[in-house]
Amino acid sequence: MKNKPFHIIYILCFILSSCSNETTDSYVPYSATPQPIDIPTLFEENIISPVIPTNNPQTVEGIALGKKLFFDPILSADNTQACASCHAPQNAFTDSTRFSIGIDGIAGNRNSMPLFNLAWNYDENFFWDGRVFSLEHQAIEPVTNPVEMHNTWEMVISRLQQSNEYPDLFQAAFGGVTITKELATKAMAQFERTLISANSKFDRFSLGQATLTTEEQNGLNVFMDETKGDCFHCHGNPNNPLWTDNIFHNNGLDATFTDLGLGEISGDPADNGKFKSPSLRNLAFTAPYMHDGRFNTLDEVINHYSEGLQDSPTIDPLMKKVDEGGVHLSPQDKSDLKAFLLSLSDPSFINNPDFQIP
Amino acid sequence: MKKIAALLTLITLAFSCSSDDDNQPNNVPQNVNATFNFSHNWDGISVTSTNFNTIQYINANGEEMSIEKLRHLISNVTFHKSNGETIVIDGYNLIDVTNDSGLVYAPDIDIPTGSYENVSFTFGFNNDDNYNNNYPDLNSASWNVPDMMGGGYHYMQLEGKFINDADVEIGYAYHTIRAVNLTNAPDLLFQDTFFIVDLGAVNVSNNISFNIEMNIAEWFKNPNQWNLNILNNMLMPNFDAQVMMYENGQNAFSLGSISQ
Repeated sequence: MKNKPFHIIYILCFILSSCSNETTDSYVPYSATPQPIDIPTLFEENIISPVIPTNNPQTVEGIALGKKLFFDPILSADNTQACASCHAPQNAFTDSTRFSIGIDGIAGNRNSMPLFNLAWNYDENFFWDGRVFSLEHQAIEPVTNPVEMHNTWEMVISRLQQSNEYPDLFQAAFGGVTITKELATKAMAQFERTLISANSKFDRFSLGQATLTTEEQNGLNVFMDETKGDCFHCHGNPNNPLWTDNIFHNNGLDATFTDLGLGEISGDPADNGKFKSPSLRNLAFTAPYMHDGRFNTLDEVINHYSEGLQDSPTIDPLMKKVDEGGVHLSPQDKSDLKAFLLSLSDPSFINNPDFQIP
Repeated sequence: MKKIAALLTLITLAFSCSSDDDNQPNNVPQNVNATFNFSHNWDGISVTSTNFNTIQYINANGEEMSIEKLRHLISNVTFHKSNGETIVIDGYNLIDVTNDSGLVYAPDIDIPTGSYENVSFTFGFNNDDNYNNNYPDLNSASWNVPDMMGGGYHYMQLEGKFINDADVEIGYAYHTIRAVNLTNAPDLLFQDTFFIVDLGAVNVSNNISFNIEMNIAEWFKNPNQWNLNILNNMLMPNFDAQVMMYENGQNAFSLGSISQ
């Protein structure tokens, strides 16, 4: 009997050292209904998986809440502007004007970015100048930006809490929690991650379901030819159907900069004049073009790369024959390149009923 | 009671969550891990992304130049035994100096301890790996070669600026791929430009790290003194330029050191 404590210690040690994964906590946290992203076949086969934060999984309720918030002017100070005001579905979630006008009638200095395939932005740097990391954080800024919604998150949260609908929607999406800007932007990020465009004519061609015209095929060749368009180094290729590298480049728009772009954020002069490569999907719906919307047509864009390049210390090395303004594409190559680029547009995306105003 | 205590001790030990180890009785492991560290220099002066974007290097042809982007790919690291047996690490590693990624390659494979008469890797992809696989990670990195040039993947992308003979700063894009002659396209003629880099003999006795160095200046030096004034861009479809790059690349890699 004198050894009894010794045996008890051994038994306790045995229990503690066992490799059990069982938990003794019976608390089951609230869990909304999972709704994983529906990854298009072309993406599944060719590129790596989308970025879904572990602390913000896609759910039916979260996406629904995010969609409602995205289209709701409650976010703006005077209840007149929603995210969708400058990111309209019919424009592939960008603005048809060069600079969007905020609630105070003040224009910004950048063209609204289109929104699609955002979950495949692997570096998660958002905005033209990459100033925000993660989609969740991106959604925070426009609400308080004085030339956009010009509101405060305190006001937004107060309105949401007093709403007849939102408390229940937040409850359904995130459980019995207090409404916060973090949860609001999580929901919006969930909705934005559902904005997937992968059904252009070229997508169907890649899947063997459509045929390119002679012009479109030649345009693809111009796009992929390093001696002609050489677009593929920055804008993807048939094996990278995002049609962007989501990286920052100076594409020769200006000899001097009034907008430093990435350089303003990084503080590195080597980044001056660099802006994110936008996707070339849905160009049929996203005019005007470039970070400042300076080009109204695709013809102007192509002419820029062909003969309008401006030299500057940070111009991308891939910009060729800069002293001649560019590679001087033939009129036929320009026309064919345009035809190919338009084959990347996806009408089913802008008409998707899931993406329209609730 | 002593028997019960002994039994409990044995059970405790048996169920403890310790990981197994491969140590032999003499403490020499049977299998070890191999790590490959990649560093870059310009004729001995270290080059990292912090040195990018500034004209500070002079190539063999006398042109002052900078580096703005450097990515290259290695594949199929192979351990060669003297009896002819090989252990091939069937995989690849994209080294992205610009973004400081891929500088350490630690493949998940056990390497048996012992003597090897050579360790080697392939710069780029051999033709089988280049054409017969679709690599989502490399596609996502826009590492592809256009189908009209045979498809497959880049081996290296080196870009930057240089001062040309007219004293003007212009860009260069030194991209290496499998050499392809497009003269009679769509009938394409190829010449292999991947190459094997030998690191030499090694006696593996423990987890081992190979410190591999690339002298970037060599790409412009030997045997072909590179003239950036002539060859600065549109080099992918330039068959002769690709062959020259292949020749110059033979001397670019070396084994800096081994630690284990």
